[in-house]
Amino acid sequence: MTDSFLSVRDLVVHFPTTDGIVKATEGLSYDLDRGKTLGIVGESGSGKSVSSSAILGLHRGTNAQVSGQILLDGDDLLQLNDEQMRRCRGRDVAMIFQDPLSAMHPYYTVGNQIGEAYLVHNKVSKKAARARTIEMLDRVGIPQPDRRVDDYPHQFSGGMRQRAMIAMSLMNDPGLLIADEPTTALDVTVQAQILDLLQDLQREFNSAIIIITHDLGVVAEMADDVLVMYAGRAVEYGPTKEILVHPEMPYTWGLLSSVPDVTGDTDAKLIPIRGNPPSLLNPPAGCAFNPRCDHRDKVPGDLCTTVVPELTPARTGGNHTKRCHLANPDEVYATEILPEIAPDLVQGQA
Amino acid sequence: MLAYIVRRLFAGGILLVAMSMITFILFFAIPSDPAQFACGKNCSLAQRAQVRKGLGYDKPVAVQWENFAVGVFKGRDYPDDKSLAKSAPQLIAHCAAPCLGYSRVNLQTVTQEFKQRIPVSASLALAAFLMWIIGGIGLGALAAVWKGTIIDRGVVGISLVFYAFPTFFVGLFLLKYLAIKWQVFPVPSYISIADGGLWNWFVNLILPALTLALFYMAGYVRMTRAFVLESMSEDYLRTAKAKGLAPRKILYKHTMRAALTPLVTMAGLDLAGLLGGAVITESVFNYNGLGKLVVDSVITFDLPTVVGLVLLLGAFVIVANIIVDILYALIDPRVRVG
Repeated sequence: MTDSFLSVRDLVVHFPTTDGIVKATEGLSYDLDRGKTLGIVGESGSGKSVSSSAILGLHRGTNAQVSGQILLDGDDLLQLNDEQMRRCRGRDVAMIFQDPLSAMHPYYTVGNQIGEAYLVHNKVSKKAARARTIEMLDRVGIPQPDRRVDDYPHQFSGGMRQRAMIAMSLMNDPGLLIADEPTTALDVTVQAQILDLLQDLQREFNSAIIIITHDLGVVAEMADDVLVMYAGRAVEYGPTKEILVHPEMPYTWGLLSSVPDVTGDTDAKLIPIRGNPPSLLNPPAGCAFNPRCDHRDKVPGDLCTTVVPELTPARTGGNHTKRCHLANPDEVYATEILPEIAPDLVQGQA
Repeated sequence: MLAYIVRRLFAGGILLVAMSMITFILFFAIPSDPAQFACGKNCSLAQRAQVRKGLGYDKPVAVQWENFAVGVFKGRDYPDDKSLAKSAPQLIAHCAAPCLGYSRVNLQTVTQEFKQRIPVSASLALAAFLMWIIGGIGLGALAAVWKGTIIDRGVVGISLVFYAFPTFFVGLFLLKYLAIKWQVFPVPSYISIADGGLWNWFVNLILPALTLALFYMAGYVRMTRAFVLESMSEDYLRTAKAKGLAPRKILYKHTMRAALTPLVTMAGLDLAGLLGGAVITESVFNYNGLGKLVVDSVITFDLPTVVGLVLLLGAFVIVANIIVDILYALIDPRVRVG
């Protein structure tokens, strides 16, 4: 048993369908402390949103099968009954969604929707909720909050809507904030503002943040730890610095190769990961990444196509684990991948 | 908003003028002679010409329309004959403004006819409207919440049955069993509140209104179910759930508000259509409403009544449209101007 604030153990989320079981999350484990940020990275359909929604119990009432443990402050959220889980939502764990326009009800004012989050967990008057709403809108940087509180979502710009969503999520000072691609739907200039705001608020409220993204730039900026997910499994997990500098899993290499670098050499290639994400209904045998992996031939025998690799400590150490059969991934990365994606970096060292 | 309403009302007025013109033109394009109808089978040419003059059909269509239009605002006499007014004033029928014409078939002004018929049709339409809105939306939401269960299938299946059966069958069925055989209700006939009091008016209204409501309800059950399900998959419902709202609050406040919006349009137009009379239901239950008047006036070639009806029913739809648009702006803040 760990003493982390949030501790997810062997989380499994399956969706039975008429075609079979969709294995959206398989045996996911991670820890997160207050004041720290975990970045969960992966392609669409890798299970990052599904596993995080499970923390809020958003799969309850559907046919999803969720098992494992989600310990928040020592309490297993999966053992709570529906009413206890409902009280926990928004109060202990809050969530910010990707598209703030569709995440807000078009027919109610921003203030009404934000105040609602406060009223549901606190026995206060509507007036008090409104005062708190204005205070929070001010805190997240909405100008003239006492007037904008009566606006409708469509009268807000995209960035302001996301600020309002953040205000809504922080109304009850939750210990854990899950941000599901909070900047994906926003302009690049606004993205940075929102990320800054999240960091400021994290320092102020000392909350734990899970930030779900496919943008490694966001991870580098925000996250203390990174969890790379592929086909419902964690394939690499460790401190952000470790993973960005010494990635040991070919999928992570692929993600890094796909990121454009504005300051870097224009000769550096953008190398997309070939192929498509696997079906979660029928994932490939062995390592789920093997059909798209360029380094399969470096593994002796047919290990990659038959045996699911375990999460094992990385060769470079540092509390960093990866799921790969390669015997010397650190060397492969240094000699084959790094020169391709950052030639200037390699030359600088030489 | 006020400017918008005024603009819409003005446009509606112009539409009504155009409708009255088209009705006149269409009526005279028919290759049969209204004077021949009024005169009867054994009618000499001279007699027919006299009748035509008496009815005012000898004048050009444009003049007839003009007389009609003036009559709407000023009232007019039938027949409009100054010498006859002097010699035999008892033969002249005065039609006070707003005069929509004088029916030679029913021997009263169209306005009087409407005054008798509108309360009948309006009572029926409003009672049916209440029943199907409450029943349709309630059952539709129930089916959506219990989607895929026996409740859902039962509600949708039964409503489909009532949708499939023709109104006259359901009407006669209810009449035969509930009124005649088991005598749960009286055999309905329209009793105004003034004549029989609120209770008699209401009890007599139940069966015909139910007949209409069962038919309309089926559509509303299916629509409500679809809209609620669609609204349930919206992102903002996930937000509401993530806030920790109770399922009941999510359903009533967040889901239903969004699901009901498109139903407002449907309901407004359906009600407007029904205010113009329910031909079959009125016939089955022997209600002398606008629906029966429509059929009778067309069969007896009663031009003034037909023109009046076209304008009245048109006005219902135009006004309903304007009301629906205003309601829409009240419901959906995105529609509001400014």
